[in-house]
Amino acid sequence: MKFTKTLLATTALTVAAGAALAQDMTIVSWGGAYSKSQLKAYHEPYSAKTGVNIINDDSSAEAVAKLRAMNEAGNITWDVVDVVASDAIRLCDEGLALEIDPATQLAPAPDGTSAADDFGDLLVSSCFIPQIVYSTTFGYRTDLVGDTPPSDVCAVFDLETYPGKRSLEKRPINNMEWALLCDGVAKSDVYDVLATDEGQNQALAKLDTIKDSVVWWSAGADTPQLLADGEVIMGSTYNGRLFSVIEEQKQPVAMLWDAQVFDLDGWIIPAGLSEERKQRALDYIYFATDTQRLADQAKYISYGPARASSAPLVGKHADLGIEMAPHMPTDPNNAKNTFLYNYEFWADYRDDIDAKFQAWLAQ
Amino acid sequence: MTDSSAHQPMIAADGLPLKKSLARSLRREKTRALLLIAPLLVFVLLTFIFPIGSMLFRSVENEIVSNILPRTVVELENWDATSGELPDEAVFAAFVADFVVAVEEKNHTRLGSRLNYESSGMSSLFRKSGRKVAKWNPETDGPFKEKLIKTDKGWGDPETWAIIKTHSGKYTNGYFLNAVDMQRTQNGIEAQPESKQILIKLFLRTVKMSLIITASCILLGYPVAWILANLPSRSANLLMILVLLPFWTSLLVRTSAWKVMLQNQGVINDTLVWLGLVSNDARLEIINNQFGTIVAMTHILLPFMILPMYSVMQTIPPTYLRAAKSLGATNWIAFWRVYFPQSIPGIGAGSILVFILAIGYYITPEIVGGTEGVFISNRIAYHISSSLNWGLAAALGAILLVVVLVLYWAYDKIVGIDNVKLG
Repeated sequence: MKFTKTLLATTALTVAAGAALAQDMTIVSWGGAYSKSQLKAYHEPYSAKTGVNIINDDSSAEAVAKLRAMNEAGNITWDVVDVVASDAIRLCDEGLALEIDPATQLAPAPDGTSAADDFGDLLVSSCFIPQIVYSTTFGYRTDLVGDTPPSDVCAVFDLETYPGKRSLEKRPINNMEWALLCDGVAKSDVYDVLATDEGQNQALAKLDTIKDSVVWWSAGADTPQLLADGEVIMGSTYNGRLFSVIEEQKQPVAMLWDAQVFDLDGWIIPAGLSEERKQRALDYIYFATDTQRLADQAKYISYGPARASSAPLVGKHADLGIEMAPHMPTDPNNAKNTFLYNYEFWADYRDDIDAKFQAWLAQ
Repeated sequence: MTDSSAHQPMIAADGLPLKKSLARSLRREKTRALLLIAPLLVFVLLTFIFPIGSMLFRSVENEIVSNILPRTVVELENWDATSGELPDEAVFAAFVADFVVAVEEKNHTRLGSRLNYESSGMSSLFRKSGRKVAKWNPETDGPFKEKLIKTDKGWGDPETWAIIKTHSGKYTNGYFLNAVDMQRTQNGIEAQPESKQILIKLFLRTVKMSLIITASCILLGYPVAWILANLPSRSANLLMILVLLPFWTSLLVRTSAWKVMLQNQGVINDTLVWLGLVSNDARLEIINNQFGTIVAMTHILLPFMILPMYSVMQTIPPTYLRAAKSLGATNWIAFWRVYFPQSIPGIGAGSILVFILAIGYYITPEIVGGTEGVFISNRIAYHISSSLNWGLAAALGAILLVVVLVLYWAYDKIVGIDNVKLG
C-alpha cells in the first residue's frame, strides 16, 4: 500500500513538474544592457500578465549556427530568438524560422493601423518581426580632433586633418559602403558599384589608404573601450554603445551621425516547435511587439522603436532622466544623412566579398 | 611404458587439456578487460568519434542539389555546359516541376544559399523566383523557358545552369578544393582568383606561428622547470602555485589583460615613454599583429610546457650531475652532455601538447591578433557561425587534422614517440 502511494505521489510530482516546465519559455538575446532593456520592457510585464516563466539565454551571436544544429538534431530548445535582420533572412532562407503573418499574428497600432503598415518597409523578411532600428556610426574623441571636429564620414579617410588610429569592424559590411561614398560614388549607386569586381577593388583601394591606421574590431564593446583608452581618435560601433560611453560613462566622446547605416534587430520564432510552444511564442510576440512595449524599451536603451506609432510615445531614460528622442538614430537631427543597409545585396555577396576582404586584410 | 604418458596432453585440474584451459582463461581475462573499458569506449565513440566523424563527413557530402532538384539533375546530364548555350525546354520544364515542389516544402532558399557559396547572386535568384514560380502549374503552364527567364534574367545565363550541373553530384570535392584556394568549375579545377586566395596563406601562417610559440615556450619554460625541479620542495611548491595560477584564470581574462599591457596607451608603452626609452609619438606597435598573438599565446600555453618538463626533470637524479662534475666536466658540459639528454622526453611531451593546442587556437588570435595574427581556426569559426558554409568549415578542419597527424608522424620518425614522457 505504502509503496503504491509513494509511486503515485512520485508520478503526480513528475506530471506537475512537467506542467511547470511547460510554462517555461526560453528567449534568446544579446545579453548586457540590451537584454536588460528587454527584461524591463517585455519580459517582466509579460510574466506578470500570463505567469509564464521566461528564461534568458545570451546566445544571439551564435544563433544561426545553433538553430541549424538544433534543427538537425530535431530538438529545438529555444522559443523566441532575437537576431539582426540579415541573420533572420538567412534563417528564413534555410527554413529554420517560422513565417509570420503580420495581419493576424501581430498587434495593430492603437489607432487601428495594421501592423504591416505600422512596421512598413522594416518587415524585410517574412520570418522577421522588427523591434528596434539601430545604426552603426562613428564616435570621436572630442579632445583629440583639434578645433574642427569632424562632421562628415569622410573624416575617417582624412589622415591629414585627423591623424591617429581609427577603429573599423573586421568585416566588409558598412566599411565597403563608406569607402565608396568617400571615393565619390553617389549614394544611390553604391550597391550597383559594389556588385562588380572593379567596384570591390575600388572600395578596397580606398580602404588601403588608411589600412595602416586602422584597429579592426570584432566585438561591439571594442570601439567604446578603444575610445575610452585613447587608443583611437574615432571608430565605428553601434549607436547604443556610444550613447552609454557618452551619457553614462561621461567620456569625452561625441557622435558623428553622418552616413550612419541603419540596421534592424528583431524576433524570429524557430521552425519546428510543438504546437503548444508555438502558440505561446506567438502570444509573446504579439504582446512584446505592440506599440506601447516597443516605446517602453527606448526608456532603457537608445535604439529607435521599429513601429511608426511608437515614436511619439518615447519618453525619458529610466535612470538618467534625460529625453531619449534626441539620442535616437531616427531623430531628424541625427538622420540628416543616412544609409540603408541592403539586405538582399549582402545575403548574396557576403561570402564572396568577405573572402576578398580577408585576403586584402592579410596582405 | 614411459612413452605412452609423453603423448598424453597435460590435463588441468578440471580435466580439460591444459592448453585449452589456459586459452579459455586468457580469453576470459581479455573479455573482462574489454568490459571494464567498455563504458569509456562507448563514451568516446558517442561523444567524440561519432560527432567529429559526422562533421568531417560534411566536407564531401552534397546531396542537397540532387535531393531538391532530382528531375533537373537528370535532364542536365544531356546538356553540354561548355557549349555556351542555354539548356533546352526539357531542362526548364524539369526545373519548374522540381522548383514548385521545393517552394511548397520551403527548401528552395536553402538550395539557393548552398549554390551561393559557389557563385554570388544565386541566393537572391532562388529567393526571388520562389515567390513567382510558386503559383505555376508544371503540367499545364508550359513552355517554361521564356517564362522563367522573364521572372529573372539570371535564368537566361548559361553560367547559372553550369553551376547547378557542376555541383549536382551526391558527393563533392568542391569544399576541399575551396579549402586550398581552388575551385570547381564546368571547365574542371581552377585556382581561385588571386584576390580571394587566403586559406593556404592562413594554414602556413598557423603552422609557422605555432612553431614559434612552441619554441618560445621551450626557451622560457625550461629554466623555470629546472628551478622547480631543483629547489627544496617547500619553495618549489610555492613556485608551482605561481605557474598554475594563470592556468586557473579564465582564458578571456588573461587575453584581455595582455590587451591592457600591450596596447599603444598600455602599461608597457607608458612605462617605456616614462623611462624615456621611447618617444611619445613613436610608441611601439606590439598588439594587433603577430607579435601580440605570439606573446599572449606563449603566456597562455606556458604551463603546458612547464608541467611535463618539470615532472621529467624531477626523475633525473641530481647525483648524475655531481658525478659528471667530479669527473672533471665543466658546468656547461655536465648540463649539455648529461642533464639535457635526459630531459628531452619532457621537452617532447610539452612541445607536442603546446603545438597541437596552438594550431587550433582561436579566441586569443581573434582578440589580440589584429589582421596579421589570426589563424586558420578564425576562418573555420567564421564559416561555422556566420557564413554557415559548414562543408568548407569541415574541409578546413579535416585538413588541419591531417596536418597535425602528419607532423605527429614526422615527430615520431625524428624524435621517436617512445621518447615522450609525462613523468
